[in-house]
Amino acid sequence: MSTETISAAASAEATERSRRVPGGLVLSWRQFLYWYTFFYRTWRGTVLSAILGPVMYLTAMGVGIGTLITHGLPDGVTYLSFIAPGVLAAMAMQNGIFEGSFTVLGSVKWAGNYWAAVNTPQRPQDIMFGTAMQGLARTAGMSTVFFCAMVGFGTTHSPWSVLALPVALLTGAVFLFPMMAFSITLDSDQPLTVVFRFVMTPLFLFSGTFFPWQQLPEWMHPIAFITPLWHGVELCRELTLGTVTATSAAIHIGYLLVALAGGVALARRNFSRRLYLHR
Amino acid sequence: MPGNLGGVSSSPSAPDVLIRAHGLVKTFPKKHGEAFTAVAGIDFEVRRGEVFGFLGPNGAGKSTTMRMIGCVSPVGGGHLSLFGLDPNTQGPRIRARLGVVPQEDTLDVEMRVRDNMHVYGRYFGLPRAVIRERAARLLDFVQLTDRAEDKVEPLSGGMKRRLTIARALINDPEILILDEPTTGLDPQARHVVWDRLYRLKQQGTTLILTTHYMDEAEQLCDRLVVMDKGRIAAEGAPRELIERYATREVLELRFPLGEQEQAAEKLAGIGERLEPLPDRVLVYADDGEAALTEAHRRGLEPVTALVRRSTLEDVFLHLTGRTLVD
Repeated sequence: MSTETISAAASAEATERSRRVPGGLVLSWRQFLYWYTFFYRTWRGTVLSAILGPVMYLTAMGVGIGTLITHGLPDGVTYLSFIAPGVLAAMAMQNGIFEGSFTVLGSVKWAGNYWAAVNTPQRPQDIMFGTAMQGLARTAGMSTVFFCAMVGFGTTHSPWSVLALPVALLTGAVFLFPMMAFSITLDSDQPLTVVFRFVMTPLFLFSGTFFPWQQLPEWMHPIAFITPLWHGVELCRELTLGTVTATSAAIHIGYLLVALAGGVALARRNFSRRLYLHR
Repeated sequence: MPGNLGGVSSSPSAPDVLIRAHGLVKTFPKKHGEAFTAVAGIDFEVRRGEVFGFLGPNGAGKSTTMRMIGCVSPVGGGHLSLFGLDPNTQGPRIRARLGVVPQEDTLDVEMRVRDNMHVYGRYFGLPRAVIRERAARLLDFVQLTDRAEDKVEPLSGGMKRRLTIARALINDPEILILDEPTTGLDPQARHVVWDRLYRLKQQGTTLILTTHYMDEAEQLCDRLVVMDKGRIAAEGAPRELIERYATREVLELRFPLGEQEQAAEKLAGIGERLEPLPDRVLVYADDGEAALTEAHRRGLEPVTALVRRSTLEDVFLHLTGRTLVD
């Protein structure tokens, strides 16, 4: 074993400094660092699948299905260019939901790392934000890779395109926080499966990702409008196709921000309830 | 000794009170029906450098009290302060000065032993070099140096508990809180853990612990409270409590099935007090041998007879009418 020499005075000073508790941002960062350490071992596999997935997806959709579909699309837009921004937003949603599910449930139920963290200066909201930071970091990474693939496949038609990336991340965040709020209340993973099947999959399919929402029956339109994913998909598409207007952008972003604020508040409340034992 | 392991060195100003509780209450809302009171108004003080124990059966309110002290469960009523700070508003500041060994291990089993120390040290914002140095020293202290590079998963229950203790010491805590540190361990592993805690005590670390192992509490605790149904039934040093609530010796008698009740009647008047249990009769007497002679003289023939010193178990039995470990 390496014998490190730290003077007693230096050690005591470090202790002294650790007693002065910093603000929420630093405390959340400490939780983020935990996840960084936790996932560090597996980052190569993650990056590989993050790159392979989108390339296969866009190849299948563009070269395969895309060539069969020529009707019902906006003028002069290929099927691939139509769905790519939609898939960008939908995958961010999917990422957000996944990051907010097993990570949180595992931490509170199986691994117990949240119960260790709560005995340190971190508060439940710091643990929540730190976990969210890592979920968002991974979502951002995945989305960036997908966006690069989109550029490579020639589906970005406007200088605004690059803004689709932060919008996709915002869309992911809108789903991440409520999912965390839900997962922290659970004691088993069965309800998660229900969410994946009966919430995530329908959203993925019916929020205008794969076909123009106008194709849906009239009565379903309002349902599409109230789902956050629809706003994310629409805005990403408007940005990459160059059809965005100030009004449409304001409406979509406004809606997403309100949904985000609601999700954050809910997650904060539920983390505090579970981790500051009310049992 | 490789330096000061357990944080605090004993302070010269002895009556330095670290924790004060007065009328401390915790009530949980039940989903149906009325609220459940886990802690029903308790008073205690913990001084720097002492080992303070909470004794009691499951459901007595020990763990709830420990969680309030650890600032992870809001104080339900009454007053509680640690280092003069209020747990409900200063939780993070207080926790920065505590070390906590929870009842269930919360280690990262997929990480290596050393990484567990590292991650936890970073939670307190300690520099890497300081963590490395302390981790080496603490792993040595809990006899896990040769497992430092191994994953936690395959470690035995006793090793995991020792690692949890080492981890809880990484921030040089002023108080180490242990909730049933030896529950679920086999006797050998229990002994090793207990030995390490005894060393911490000798170094002057302030320890707060719960247990339902009487022998451990008797050896280790300077002072303890006996809890029952959310209240404190008695408080004092182990020897003091035994002197107050039990005789010097106890005679334990076992009789054949069905004969116990009759035997208990015949025993009446021997010693200071009788305590008939489902499987044996306890005779509290300052001279156990004399009591046994008297029992024989009355024509009683127990299957087994044992004279032993009174323990905290007897105190608990006297105070609550129940045994501690089922």
